Amino acid sequence: MFAYIVRRVLATIPVMAVVALFVFSLLYIAPGDPAAIIAGDQATPADIERIRASLGLDRPYLVRFGAWVWDIARGDLGTSIFTNLPVRTMIAQRIEPTLSLMVVTLILAISLAVPMGVMAAWKQGTIIDRAVMAFAVLGFSVPVFVVGYVLAYYFALEWDLLPVQGYTPFSRGFFPWLENLVLPAIALGSVYIALIARITRATMLEVLSQDYIRTARAKGVGQRAILFIHALKNAAVPIVTVIGIGMALLIGGAVVTESVFAIPGLGRLTVDAILRRDYPVIQGVVLLFSFVYVLVNLAIDIAYTLFDPRIRY
Amino acid sequence: MSTTVLPPGVNAAAPMGDIMPPVIARRGVLGFLRRNPTIAFGGLLVLLMVSVAVFAPFLFTKDPTALAPALRTREPSATHWFGTDMLGRDVYSRVLYGTQVSLLVGFSVAVLASAIGLTIGLISGFIRAADAIIMRVMDGMMSIPPILLAIALMALTRGSVRNVIIAITIAEIPRVSRLVRGVVLSLREQPYVDAAVAAGTRTPVIIWRHILPNTLAPLTVQATYICASAMITEAILSFIGAGTPPIIPSWGNIMAEGRALWQVKPYIVFFPAIFLSVTVLAVNLLGDGLRDALDPRMAKRL
Repeated sequence: MFAYIVRRVLATIPVMAVVALFVFSLLYIAPGDPAAIIAGDQATPADIERIRASLGLDRPYLVRFGAWVWDIARGDLGTSIFTNLPVRTMIAQRIEPTLSLMVVTLILAISLAVPMGVMAAWKQGTIIDRAVMAFAVLGFSVPVFVVGYVLAYYFALEWDLLPVQGYTPFSRGFFPWLENLVLPAIALGSVYIALIARITRATMLEVLSQDYIRTARAKGVGQRAILFIHALKNAAVPIVTVIGIGMALLIGGAVVTESVFAIPGLGRLTVDAILRRDYPVIQGVVLLFSFVYVLVNLAIDIAYTLFDPRIRY
Repeated sequence: MSTTVLPPGVNAAAPMGDIMPPVIARRGVLGFLRRNPTIAFGGLLVLLMVSVAVFAPFLFTKDPTALAPALRTREPSATHWFGTDMLGRDVYSRVLYGTQVSLLVGFSVAVLASAIGLTIGLISGFIRAADAIIMRVMDGMMSIPPILLAIALMALTRGSVRNVIIAITIAEIPRVSRLVRGVVLSLREQPYVDAAVAAGTRTPVIIWRHILPNTLAPLTVQATYICASAMITEAILSFIGAGTPPIIPSWGNIMAEGRALWQVKPYIVFFPAIFLSVTVLAVNLLGDGLRDALDPRMAKRL
């Protein structure tokens, strides 16, 4: 098992290398000369040439890539063209709202979607099953921002139950923090809930048709114990895999959700950076999100081997 | 007609051929749709949206870009069915013309991503040396969330419909390639492929005759899902200002412009939102129906 874990960790290195190469090339092929931008309007060609040399922009592609990777390894993500702040600082300032939104969405989605999927599989073919499946189709079809605006319109504007927009830091108390995150989390979570509910239903249906479930029934095990202990436990691997893979939806959706609900997180930072063509910031955010995504899925893969004795490598 | 006397309320039977399609037709397109109501319903909705896109100029629309500052932010009325936006443009016309952009992007990305993904998947499935490299690259691309990848690519270029199509296509390719590669690898293990190899069939012929036809069903299903997700991605890109240029009415653009006013004039955001959701739903239903009809193994799984 240890050998497998080592192999699995090593396998992420080429993946991360491809991500890094792509993100680096983004700046390399980006239109506009960074040296000219930094030098300003009054600069002579000689000035620009000097700045280019001091930034190392005159060196070959692979040398620059190596230097860039080395900087990142030391935690230096470069400097924003627009604000002149280190990208690392800008990300650190914006990370709390995004992290909060993701965690709340994750908890909400899993605690709703898994029971939904289990119920749908248990009551296969009934109105409950149909309702869950209909919800799943809708969840895939109605985009994040549409759900967001509809929720905000009714719950915040019409019925005045929750704040319309904005973000309250966690340090100002748990409930004010949560209040601001409920609507964004539902909006962001709708696709994710649909995805998890669907895979839970499918996997549960497969497990419930197994012989050992019939044996458990014959022994007189109660319905609840069959569903949640015998079946769900055995259906866990595909469900957890989809939760990990679905994080990509969550990350992409966060960018939009933060725009709809005016949450000052990494998504807003990305959108602002794109409108200003602030490439170092775009690079930093894409790199961070991708690495987190890879690491989460790596952690999930390793967790299986630790918790599921059936998996042998 | 014969002179048979019929009870009141009963019409004379028309010749059989007129009222009932011949039995062969039931096995054809109509019969297929009858057996797959999801495809029929989804397909009908898609067809409806395509007609809206094609006939947008004739559906009582005005010039979607015509400014009328005097008529700013009017509520929906008989003259402006969906009201007007903050520049006095007719939201109904803008939403109908927006259908063109959305469908163009959705269909183009679906076709391009499928074609390129099919090629890469076939190469990867047949050439071992290429497979290792291609799949590492695809793994890397897949670990960048697709919307983020499209956003990053759009940051490199000016906003245009063509660039939006290219950016979303690149973001979708890895998934198609992986799908095709998986199908190819499992098909290569099939006895009939072994038999073809043993009989001395050359590789291109094997691909053309035995592999390609079997990838088409899953690929078609995948293409519809790509179409749906591309339409959402286009709307998101336009919504955050990194997609279709503001001069072209697209659903994402209309929503982006309505955003500032949405608390007082929610209809500017809601009309494009409804059109987008219904269109995506239609394409997804079509995909679900096709999956159940073409790929019974998948149907059992999901």
